[in-house]
Amino acid sequence: MRDVSIIGIGQTPVGEHWDKSLRHLAYDALAAAMRDANIERADALYVGNMLSGEVSGQAHLGALIADFAGLRGIEAVKVEAACASAAAAFRQAYIGVASGLQDIVIAVGVEKMTDDIGSKVTAGLASAADAEYEVIHGVSFVALNALIMQRYMYENKLKREDFAGFAINAHANGARNPNAMFQSEISREAFVRSSLIADPIALLDASGMADGAAAVVLCPTEQAREFSSNAIRIKGSAVATDSLSVHDRRDPLWLQAAEDSSQRAYRQAKVGPADLDFFELHDAFTIMAALSLEAAGFAERGKGTWLARDGEITLEGKIPICTQGGLKARGHPVGATGLYQIVEAVQQLRGEAGPNQIANARLGMTQNIGGSGATIITHIFEKVNQ
Amino acid sequence: MTTEIAQHWRLKSQRYQLVGEVCPQCNGKIFPPRDVCPYCAEGPAQPPFQFSGRGQVYSHTTVHKPPEGYEEVAPYTVALIKLEEGPLITAQLTDVANDEVEIGMPVEMVTRKLRTQGEEGLIIYGYKFRPQLATA
Repeated sequence: MRDVSIIGIGQTPVGEHWDKSLRHLAYDALAAAMRDANIERADALYVGNMLSGEVSGQAHLGALIADFAGLRGIEAVKVEAACASAAAAFRQAYIGVASGLQDIVIAVGVEKMTDDIGSKVTAGLASAADAEYEVIHGVSFVALNALIMQRYMYENKLKREDFAGFAINAHANGARNPNAMFQSEISREAFVRSSLIADPIALLDASGMADGAAAVVLCPTEQAREFSSNAIRIKGSAVATDSLSVHDRRDPLWLQAAEDSSQRAYRQAKVGPADLDFFELHDAFTIMAALSLEAAGFAERGKGTWLARDGEITLEGKIPICTQGGLKARGHPVGATGLYQIVEAVQQLRGEAGPNQIANARLGMTQNIGGSGATIITHIFEKVNQ
Repeated sequence: MTTEIAQHWRLKSQRYQLVGEVCPQCNGKIFPPRDVCPYCAEGPAQPPFQFSGRGQVYSHTTVHKPPEGYEEVAPYTVALIKLEEGPLITAQLTDVANDEVEIGMPVEMVTRKLRTQGEEGLIIYGYKFRPQLATA
């Protein structure tokens, strides 16, 4: 196994890109990452994407994007794991380099969600869940999260308002991220008044559907200095799975795959939760932020919202999360999200996070969740002394 | 399309009768059926098991923005039901107002129309749950 580093990052703004198709979005992010890494060629390209077939009528993204980006001929495939597709593509890129089979590898996550009407995209997103035993009953993706949140509030005697801190923090950071979909702060009152989508989940609990693409370039750490003076090392990389459906979980209120992949990543990196300077978690809904904090070891079961209440998740807190807005405010272009998280982690560790910079950030973690918790991918990154 | 019909036809004993499986090793009751027991990882081919259809609401939500194909029945309530025999199951609630549903409410299975699908208007039936009727 070789040590692997990230030598280039790129992203497009998250939002409604009416003038750009899937391939243009992917190219923009990929080209930016290649420029940042000072490379003109790569050995392989892994494309993270969930919905291109359903929304754009386009499969076979590996070859399409490789060709469109001027990389015709290289090894290229699409990797799909619902909302965790981008981290899954990154993981394949990591394996390619770590194994010694590939040297310079690009991972790009891309999603184009505005090419179809809302109810069709909603149906496409629901395909992350069990088609035969969940989706057939009219369960939307929001509804699955609502079922989890309703029970969580019941067992832990919480009100919806107790989750406000997650959305407020995400928007406060998103307001200072030029690439975020929602660059505005929200008040506690606005959160409370927000209209219900599937009770108890309201609009301001939920991340926004959007277009976007993000990309990184990886290479062996021993070669990183040839390309970059601020390479970021991958210290941990782990994927874990759980049942596809919520009803098949041993405990529907516990993200077992988050615990499993976090613990594996901690062991690889030889660190624990207390060592991390920030955590880019998967706040597709406020409830998921709480569950991720618990499963990754930052809070006890049922107490994830306490960290939000006590201000521990802000940039100055004990464990800053969603430092560039998270899924809630940066936006959630589903199959690209995992690479936005990684790009933002690299920004923090390079000291390039602008107004959202965490002082002296040296060690950060990202966690990308597919479906309602069935695939959870955790990575730990470290700044290396140059 | 005929393939669409087969996709639902093969699930008829689950959708219409709530037939799951029982594991011969650990006696765990399994729904939906799967070839490897989720409790003790024994497998394959578990014997069938007829569930009673009775259970309690474990969690619930009302869907206001439905996925494509469910617009005509929205808003509707979906729930996780804890079956008497153990497993959780996802289903819609029926014969009850959306705002009267509570966690812990006793419910029982009934057969209802789930949706109409495709250009030919294939009607898909399956289980929903309603508040348990008082027994005489």
